[in-house]
Amino acid sequence: MARVVVDVMLKPEILDPQGKAVQGALDRLGVAGVASVRQGKRFEIELDGPVDQATLDDIAGRLLANTVIEDYTVTVEDA
Amino acid sequence: MSARIGVVTFPGSLDDRDAVRAVRLAGAEPVALWHAEEELRGVDAVVLPGGFSYGDYLRCGAIARFAPIMQAVIDQARAGLPVLGICNGFQILCESHLLPGALIRNDVRRFVCRDQWLRVEATSTGWTSGYASGQEILVPLKNGEGGYVADEATLDRLEGEGRVVVRYLHDNPNGSYRDIAGVCNERGNVVGLMPHPEHAVESLTGPSTDGLAFFTSAIDQLVQA
Repeated sequence: MARVVVDVMLKPEILDPQGKAVQGALDRLGVAGVASVRQGKRFEIELDGPVDQATLDDIAGRLLANTVIEDYTVTVEDA
Repeated sequence: MSARIGVVTFPGSLDDRDAVRAVRLAGAEPVALWHAEEELRGVDAVVLPGGFSYGDYLRCGAIARFAPIMQAVIDQARAGLPVLGICNGFQILCESHLLPGALIRNDVRRFVCRDQWLRVEATSTGWTSGYASGQEILVPLKNGEGGYVADEATLDRLEGEGRVVVRYLHDNPNGSYRDIAGVCNERGNVVGLMPHPEHAVESLTGPSTDGLAFFTSAIDQLVQA
């Protein structure tokens, strides 16, 4: 049994209109000092058995993230 | 014998009927293809239509790219089959890595729906040979995630190899880098664009008939082949 978390973020050079919209909303809420907001995705994956790094990279790099525009990090929480 | 052009319907496809109609009006026989099929029924070309395949979950086109029929589309596109991706179809082609780059949310943060002027820049592709180089055309545009992005090296290569097929004129609607509305692969048989030529094929329902030549171009090349 393994629990894996994959975080996906747009690459820094790619414009994030959703993050900009959230930043604008924070501004309207009166929250001061927000320099920037970037929005990403978090995947929590439960696996029946143990998992190897190659499989995780395949899942993350081929489906969960589009590596043309996104970076990902894989964290195994329970090996 | 007329050319047979397949139009793939995914769950959530929206413009498959219009694409079928455009194929018919252009003079070819449309063949409806279903995402769950594994072969292309011997069609001469394929159109991936617009819409919201699989609800645009994960990323636009990311789930559709792994639909059973896409393996056949990808294999045959690499072997030279003419493939046209419109809007969501363009997103699917980018997710499939048949075309470089990606489509992201519009920089204006709104869904944009309007008639859009474009300039046709590459006329040596399988889908644009019927246009004059530099021809200006008017076709509908409707998307929320139509911003074309790629790294600078890729953009330079696309420009250098004449693979920017259509470019937005007058006013960039979505923040696409270098005003790019559509691109093609190295061979020119795979073309993807965000605007909708299939909605501009007869004067009753479209702003022009400027889109029809995408389909007649493919047919002309298939007849010659």
